[in-house]
Amino acid sequence: MNQAAEGEIVHFDNVGLRYGTDREVLSDLSFTLYPGSFYFLTGASGAGKTSLLKLLYLALRPSRGMVRMFGADAITLPREQMPALRRRIGVVFQDFRLVQHLSAFDNVALPLRVAGMAERDIEKPVSDMLEWVGLADRMGARPATLSGGEQQRVAIARAVIGRPEMLVADEPTGNVDPDMAVKLLRLFEALNRLGTTVVVATHDVHLLKKVPDSLIMRLDKGRLSDPTGALRYPPRRPAGLTADLP
Amino acid sequence: MKLPALLAHGWRRISGIGEAELVPQARLSGPMPWVIAIMVALTVIASAAGLALRNTAQAAAAELEGGITVQIVEASPEARRAQAQASVEKLREMAGVVSIRLVPEEEVDTLIEPWLGSGGETASDADIPVPALIDVRLDGTVTPGSLAETQAALAEVAPAARIDAQSTWLEPVFDAIESLQWLAIALIVLLTMALAAAVLLAARTALGTNRDTIEIVHLLGGTDTQIARVFQRSIGVDAAGGGAVGMVLAVVVILFLGRRFAGLGAGMVDQGALGWADWLLLALVPVAAVVLATVTARLTVMHTLRKML
Repeated sequence: MNQAAEGEIVHFDNVGLRYGTDREVLSDLSFTLYPGSFYFLTGASGAGKTSLLKLLYLALRPSRGMVRMFGADAITLPREQMPALRRRIGVVFQDFRLVQHLSAFDNVALPLRVAGMAERDIEKPVSDMLEWVGLADRMGARPATLSGGEQQRVAIARAVIGRPEMLVADEPTGNVDPDMAVKLLRLFEALNRLGTTVVVATHDVHLLKKVPDSLIMRLDKGRLSDPTGALRYPPRRPAGLTADLP
Repeated sequence: MKLPALLAHGWRRISGIGEAELVPQARLSGPMPWVIAIMVALTVIASAAGLALRNTAQAAAAELEGGITVQIVEASPEARRAQAQASVEKLREMAGVVSIRLVPEEEVDTLIEPWLGSGGETASDADIPVPALIDVRLDGTVTPGSLAETQAALAEVAPAARIDAQSTWLEPVFDAIESLQWLAIALIVLLTMALAAAVLLAARTALGTNRDTIEIVHLLGGTDTQIARVFQRSIGVDAAGGGAVGMVLAVVVILFLGRRFAGLGAGMVDQGALGWADWLLLALVPVAAVVLATVTARLTVMHTLRKML
């Protein structure tokens, strides 16, 4: 294992992605994400942010290049080993992707049930998490009866309930009021302080300032720039940080 | 937590269906249980028919395999009676003969009454030369050798004697029964294939309908086996319900037909009645349908899921 592989959580090397026979939507991406770091992924609409996130949460395989996730080669990894890798990643989808026939409670409980957790161990953490995102009184509500902001909070709760090693969020504060946006960001920070690597795609430049230790990945027409040099020379985080998660 | 949610969680604990909620528990499609019910009913009826035919053939074969009929074809009533009596005595002396019965002339008259009508005198005494009949049971199956041996023994005392193995008369009937049995088997195979095809189509439709949910579950780390199990369970419930209805329907039809056939009073048909082992075999049909439906659903779902990343 080379030096970059030590302690890395994600490593992309010369990665390209194209849909069908179209031109590449992502080109020559080479970067490393480290455990416990907080990344903002920015870029104009159509720059390829969502495509890059899809590669990160293993919804797609790249057309070329090498991707290593949690030390495993994600390109050659046998299909049956993919679920175990995916369970280490929490995802907040841009369109929430809540399961419409399930209640808010059951949507949040879904990752725990998928992971095979016993029902008796599910109830308390899910209730606590929904209470924390301000939906204690909407636990039994179906997504169709929730507002956009409420759905987004359910989606975030679902993404973080399993305490993932990496959290990938696509515009997670797009549909919530500024107060809730800050609150959600604090949740991500709290997770981050517990060691979770956080990648947040956003248009909102004000958001970047609210997390001082964050690193910025900028995508421009499918190519990645490293304006602060932080991707190449990541700052070391002090150990022993604590956080107050539900 | 509010009461409905608490109740839902309580039920989940009791039934252990937590995993089933990964994808909607909507039945694979509305008419599916009824399709399965019809398939099971037809399969059980076809199986029952096949088993009844087998019972009939086996009982008839067992009864006839050692039987021979001696006909004394003699125009003169006195000579016919004398040769018949002599034949009976000769047969008594022969080894391997289990029983001999000279069919009384009255019984022969009764047999031919539908064609010749009844009269004051027996047909045997009238101008019509009706043969005398002797029903003989041999120890073991009648072979061409034993038939020739009996023929030779009787030739000395009854030159007008003709001997036939009873089973040869019914050979065309046995052939027809065998053909019907094959037809029943072919029907069962076709119905099984049709059931598998119906389940396959229903499973594919259900997969298409729930594709979004399945993708989400996949991205959350759900395995193919977890998702397939949900569909299996869903169609298993459909198949069990449909199978039970189909079985009840088929039992009603079989009992009804059984009564009608029993009313015929024909010995051969009566022997086709179903035994407890047959009913046990028929009870396995809905169970087999559940297994077939479940396995087909699993294979279909797993095959479709493998196309996803």
